[in-house]
Amino acid sequence: MANKHIVIDPITRIEGHLRIEAVIDENNTIINAYSSSTLFRGIETILKGRDPRDAGLLAMRICGVCTGTHYQRSIEAAEDAFDITIPKNARIVRNLIQGSLFLHDHLVHFYQLHALDFVDVVSALTADPKKTAIEAEKWAKVAGVNPYIDGAGQFKEIRDRIAKFVKQGRLGIFGNGYWGNKHYKFTPEQNLIGVAHYLQALDIQREMARMQAIFGGKNPHPQSIVVGGVTCVKDIEDPSRIGLFKSLLKENTKFIKEAYLPDIYMAGTRYADEATDSNATFTELMEGKGKGGTGGGLLNYMAYGGFRLDDTGFYNSELLFPSGVVYNGDLSKVEDMDPDKIAEDVTHAWYDADKPQHPYEGTTIPKYTGLEKKADGIAYLKTGGKYSWIKSPIYNDTRIEVGPLARMVVGVAKGDKRITKYVTNFLKRGNFPTSILFSTIGRTAARAVETELMADVMMEWVDELAKNTASGDLSTWTEFDFDKVSIKTKGRGMEEAPRGALGHWMKIEKGKIENYQAVVPSTWNAAPRDYKDRMGAYEAALIGTKVANPEQPLEIIRTIHSFDPCIACAVHVVDTKGKELGVYKIDTQCSI
Amino acid sequence: MADKIEGVKKLFTSKSARVETNKGDAYYADLFEMCQTRIEELKTQEPIHNRLDIEDVLESQGVDRRDFMKWASAVTGMLMLPASFTPLVADATLLMNRAPVIWLELSDCAGNSEALLRADGPKVDEIVLDIISLEYQETLMAASGFQAEKQLDDAIEHFKDKYLLFVEGAIPLGINGNFGTIGASGETMHDQLMRVSKHAAAVVAVGSCATFGGVPAASPNPTDAVGVMDLVKGKPLINIPACPANPANMVGVILHYILTGQVPELDSLLRPKFAFGYRIHDNCERRAHFDAGEYVEEWGDDAAKNNFCLYKMGCKGPMTFNNCSIVRYNEGVNWPIGVGHGCIGCSEPDFWDKYAYERPMADANIKAPTGGVEKTVDEFGLGLLTAAGIGIGIHAAVSIVAGKKEDGGEA
Repeated sequence: MANKHIVIDPITRIEGHLRIEAVIDENNTIINAYSSSTLFRGIETILKGRDPRDAGLLAMRICGVCTGTHYQRSIEAAEDAFDITIPKNARIVRNLIQGSLFLHDHLVHFYQLHALDFVDVVSALTADPKKTAIEAEKWAKVAGVNPYIDGAGQFKEIRDRIAKFVKQGRLGIFGNGYWGNKHYKFTPEQNLIGVAHYLQALDIQREMARMQAIFGGKNPHPQSIVVGGVTCVKDIEDPSRIGLFKSLLKENTKFIKEAYLPDIYMAGTRYADEATDSNATFTELMEGKGKGGTGGGLLNYMAYGGFRLDDTGFYNSELLFPSGVVYNGDLSKVEDMDPDKIAEDVTHAWYDADKPQHPYEGTTIPKYTGLEKKADGIAYLKTGGKYSWIKSPIYNDTRIEVGPLARMVVGVAKGDKRITKYVTNFLKRGNFPTSILFSTIGRTAARAVETELMADVMMEWVDELAKNTASGDLSTWTEFDFDKVSIKTKGRGMEEAPRGALGHWMKIEKGKIENYQAVVPSTWNAAPRDYKDRMGAYEAALIGTKVANPEQPLEIIRTIHSFDPCIACAVHVVDTKGKELGVYKIDTQCSI
Repeated sequence: MADKIEGVKKLFTSKSARVETNKGDAYYADLFEMCQTRIEELKTQEPIHNRLDIEDVLESQGVDRRDFMKWASAVTGMLMLPASFTPLVADATLLMNRAPVIWLELSDCAGNSEALLRADGPKVDEIVLDIISLEYQETLMAASGFQAEKQLDDAIEHFKDKYLLFVEGAIPLGINGNFGTIGASGETMHDQLMRVSKHAAAVVAVGSCATFGGVPAASPNPTDAVGVMDLVKGKPLINIPACPANPANMVGVILHYILTGQVPELDSLLRPKFAFGYRIHDNCERRAHFDAGEYVEEWGDDAAKNNFCLYKMGCKGPMTFNNCSIVRYNEGVNWPIGVGHGCIGCSEPDFWDKYAYERPMADANIKAPTGGVEKTVDEFGLGLLTAAGIGIGIHAAVSIVAGKKEDGGEA
């Protein structure tokens, strides 16, 4: 039997427009994979010429899912350029706004975007509610908590509700799923737990979004951050606002600890075999052979670092997530991250350039070469040449993965006490080997571990904020003389977004943005091959994966979802005044 | 520059968005009868593929009849209908399971999909699972790839001429639409929109990108992005702008459709008047400070600590038609002016180029809209502002846009 070429477009349950093509051999093992983004908007060109103080609001519209994170990076790039250190209150409020985003984003990712790769909704119908309650208790116990849903009654109610829904042929958003695929490994009872939490998470995520809105004004797209600080002075001094934030945080933390984490232990245990199957890894270009399992991929991890814990200013502060680079999954070694070693290559992206370029010196000369329409009606990627609107970022001439897993790996390698405690606790309770981290399920688990850590630390931050305002400090903004500081300068906002390392670079001249670029987490992860033909993180992670049924590429979707793709973020910019398909030059450097 | 100012003036003085809150007893009596007939008719129809009985769901969620009626009464108010319509609105809610919805995502950021997830009132899981029949929604749906495409094709076929089409995101027309493609065949977003809208009962553009082009269409509009109203003709079309749209307004439009079988009364920009009939400014909690001339002059100053007016910090509430100041966001927990940042005018066309900056547009010499109870106060307030000639006015912002246009032409 010959190799099969699979095209999946659209990849759903993500932000943005993504296509994956994969080649599987006669044993249904993936031997090649290609990741392509199919949309752009041109936000960076749009930012050019605007006032740097207004850029954050527009840059935020890069993404409505990781909402607020581009807003902060853009504002920070301006603050870095103007050498502004924001007041303590502003720093804590920003941490709380971004922390709420982490909780919200990670939870929605796991339940609404990712869970259906593990949870077979149809199978849940045959679950026994009593057994389900016992099963739920079992995993809660592993996590050291009481189960969120206590008792069979609620499980029965949810099962019956879903049964009614499923009975009638058409399933709405659950329609045409890969139900019944044998790589759904949960028992009916475990599936019912998943479905029940899926439904509850819809409610919980609204409460998490409210947390962001208390200090942000609204969610999606908050509006209280300005260059120099924050505007919500009235909200931070109001004890009832602090009180509401705390009570929401408490309620949401309960769900994280009693539903999300136990579900991750359940999934981790169920999928442990393939997560540690070293035959299913991407080894052809790896030195650290055999370390990871299904979905492991590159095993090179980077974090820019994020969440400032003191007021010493940019790139001096102690950070909740330390910055660093780990190669080949080797936790015994960690390098410092050097922003100068970041470069972008366009060999396989729809742009023209002769060598990889640092974001500050980068050019973008679009060169759209289109798709190849074949007799079967499918337009295929021209994978020998250019095939995506996403550029290929490289760090120190290596391909890199970023995200929650990278943050946990770098944190542990750096000996960060808090991160090491949460990661060790997770592995110990689940009785997992460390190597389980280097897999699809490991990526998903790292996100959950990070969510718990974030929920706990946020409680400390709210108290810190309340204490500070109670002491009489109501300062929320640092004054600066815009006309003076904006004559000619540049700055960068490099921090951690929910999906990983995010950088905005801004050059300013005579009070206006002269150049703007962003290299975002999904640029790192979703990128195509580079000039040495080395795969990007998504592509590498798919290699070696066994597909149960090529007509239902469940395993591909699961691994891609484990990265939490955010493609609107990742796509570069083009100026289309040339109109026609083909090559046209623009004078901007780009990135969105 | 001059035409920009003229444009702003025109918009701001336009009468089209003014709402008549009382249209007289005869009008409402007719409307009531019409809604009643429609609801009786809908009741005789089966729910789409046996969607659940919403009364059961509400009960299982611990929402009792009294709470539900309270909610219905609030929505009736939001839809600008007399209180006597409350029972009809409640009935219409119970009949929402007769409305199939297809939701397309084009040149977007998924912000409106996320906003839909924040919907309260009928809680979102009820909307998704029980109330409306969400047939295709890329951010939420289980199926990917061919299975997803099949799902869309099936839904179009099955609910031909009956489904509501929600569109999120602008449509890029540059390089023959190839800036955005969806599906294995590489169909452009433009072609997908035209194909799917063809058999929709009505099209609802959600968010500022789908309505007026939004972010991608901001100067210099690198991908030649346009809104749905520029492309879809000969269909009932409703615009629900804002960045993102308030989920309360999405639910309001669906309910109105169930209730009357028609699109709600729209302004000249196709926005439902129940949501966009007033300016933010008309119902702003800081309005008294505007009238008293008490302004925040600097972020975090004493005036800010006293919730003074944000006009001088660039608030565009006086130019922006939307119901944020009444409905607020995230179950009413807050809103942009609440957190001390001005309105950026996100429900207005071209707001990225006209309004979204942190400085006032004092010397635009704008006159207040005529008519309505706010007239006197408006004229007083704005007269005062223009006379004051505050700081860097609109010319600064407009010159950026003008400059960008020239850049764009050269590139």
